[in-house]
Amino acid sequence: MKDLVPLLVGIPLGTAFLIAVLAHLKGVARLTGLVATLAIAVNLFISIALWAAVLAQPDAAEPIWAGNWDGAGVPIGIELVCDGLARLMVITVNMVAMAAIIYAAAYMKRFTTLWLFHALFLLMTGAMNGVVLSGDLFNMYVFIEVAAIASYGLVAFGTESQELEAAFKYMVLGVLASTFILIGIAVLYALTGQLNIRQVAAGLAAAGRNWAALFAAVCLVGGLSLKAAMVPFHAWLPDAHPSAPAPISAMLSGVLIKAAGVYALARVVFTVFGGTPQCGQIANVLILLGTLSMVLGVFLAVGQWDFKRLLAYHSISQMGYVVLALGVAAAVAARGGDKAIASVCLLGGLFHMFNHAAFKSLLFLSSGSIEQATGTRNLKEMGGLARQMRVTSFCCRVGALSIAGVPPFNGFFSKLIIVIGVAMAGYPVLAALAALVALMTLLSFVKVQRYALEGQPAPGRTPARESPWLMGVGMGILTLVCLLAGVACWPLKQYLFDPAGNALLRGVVSAARLAMGGTP
Amino acid sequence: MGIAIYMMTFALIVIGIYALVAKKNLVRIIIGIAILEYAVNLLLVLVGYKKGGMAPILAEKQTSLELAARAVDPLPQAMVLTSIVIGLSVTALAVAMAMRLYDKYGTFDMNDIRDLRG
Repeated sequence: MKDLVPLLVGIPLGTAFLIAVLAHLKGVARLTGLVATLAIAVNLFISIALWAAVLAQPDAAEPIWAGNWDGAGVPIGIELVCDGLARLMVITVNMVAMAAIIYAAAYMKRFTTLWLFHALFLLMTGAMNGVVLSGDLFNMYVFIEVAAIASYGLVAFGTESQELEAAFKYMVLGVLASTFILIGIAVLYALTGQLNIRQVAAGLAAAGRNWAALFAAVCLVGGLSLKAAMVPFHAWLPDAHPSAPAPISAMLSGVLIKAAGVYALARVVFTVFGGTPQCGQIANVLILLGTLSMVLGVFLAVGQWDFKRLLAYHSISQMGYVVLALGVAAAVAARGGDKAIASVCLLGGLFHMFNHAAFKSLLFLSSGSIEQATGTRNLKEMGGLARQMRVTSFCCRVGALSIAGVPPFNGFFSKLIIVIGVAMAGYPVLAALAALVALMTLLSFVKVQRYALEGQPAPGRTPARESPWLMGVGMGILTLVCLLAGVACWPLKQYLFDPAGNALLRGVVSAARLAMGGTP
Repeated sequence: MGIAIYMMTFALIVIGIYALVAKKNLVRIIIGIAILEYAVNLLLVLVGYKKGGMAPILAEKQTSLELAARAVDPLPQAMVLTSIVIGLSVTALAVAMAMRLYDKYGTFDMNDIRDLRG
């Protein structure tokens, strides 16, 4: 099973270049979409198979050396780490990619040079798999950059004036973020002489409290929060995500800000800095960023009338929940608190990250379907779509109920776990804020339901027609995930989220034990 | 040498960030991106620098330990190569986008390129 892990990165990257060749051959040029869909399907299969294989023999998380050249007894290769968290992330990434690429088969028909879209899409997916599997800081940076450059191109894919403007802003801030990440990595290398994440962590723990490590932490956390669009670094997201074509909005909001932002942030805070004395301070910064994003994001979202822009602001707010939960977990673990409370917070954060990938992508896909049918993104100009577009409005409803946290849906459980975890960790004010933000989210999505799906169609508007069935299939996959993840939250916790949380917690807890004089 | 060159590198980084954040002309922003990237590359090379060090190429009749004691650290140099390639592609993409923006808006001034707001 382990030998398949490098394929998760290799297949999409290889197929992306294959598509560039195919597109220039007569006769097969039309098949690029099919090839891309197949590549993503194989990836999704591998990521689920990896997870299923571990169910049989838990805790198999030793690093994989892709290449594995013989270096006089020492393995030389590209280190990939497929632990619980990485398995959760590859499933999330490939699931959303699968839904988006099926949806794109129908939606992208209005654009020309589709092979460029397919190639960039695969580059972005492969690079995100690389980010989550990489066991090496510099490789992680390179994959973040590959995903980011592909996403700059995809945001500008329509090459209309607004799309180009959004893509340019996105790129300028993306370059700033990557620069800070690279400075942080350079300082860590100067300090420890290592790039491997575990060895950097060991070196930092040995180095103790020093200014260079703090400087590196500031650079890395700043750069990665810019990638994750945490308030006050959020200015690019509401421009960039709505300007992209709908399947790409779904990928950007659904998985890119998680893989390149929140996941990398979690790895840096828990695994790299988990054993250092600064871990508590960094955790407090995360709590602050998370709370700010959660509250300000939802306030900015409530006043929006552009459907996709509203969804983009909600992405900031929902990612705030995840970062808040991760920060609280890190703070509890760093001060040697109860491990069970830290696990509850991590469970809530990771479960919400998975759920957000499902329902936010679903909402972006249905907003694209509505935009295609009505020709507008303004909520005031929609109306009565529930009768005209049954499939789309059903999927949109499920997504809206999930993000709003209505009981049987998945968003309710993850938000509840976060609120409980944060309150148990001794932050009752933040827990109350989280509950308040959930209420505001609900209000904001009641508005969406009221204006877009219910009510009467605007006078003089031709009735909207249901979108092609392929778009329905793409949305259906994610609707199913939203419905099932709510019902099946207990087995998912047992087999998917707890191993992921433990993989993160291990770094901090073993370091805390070392500090007390125990064995690692 | 010593601390001064690090200070100069950080001064370059600050100049790059200033150009990126404060300038409104697309071409100046792209120049800022280039300065920023080269400043970070310089920082990476400095991290591996060793005073009086030689090129990290294994000579004949030299053991790897001897080389490691005398040569500069080759790993940051490999990282810089990767970083230069990434920088090149980002700059190329930025220039291409600036040209398309000029086609659409007829200006390089960010103050006039603002359809998106809110």
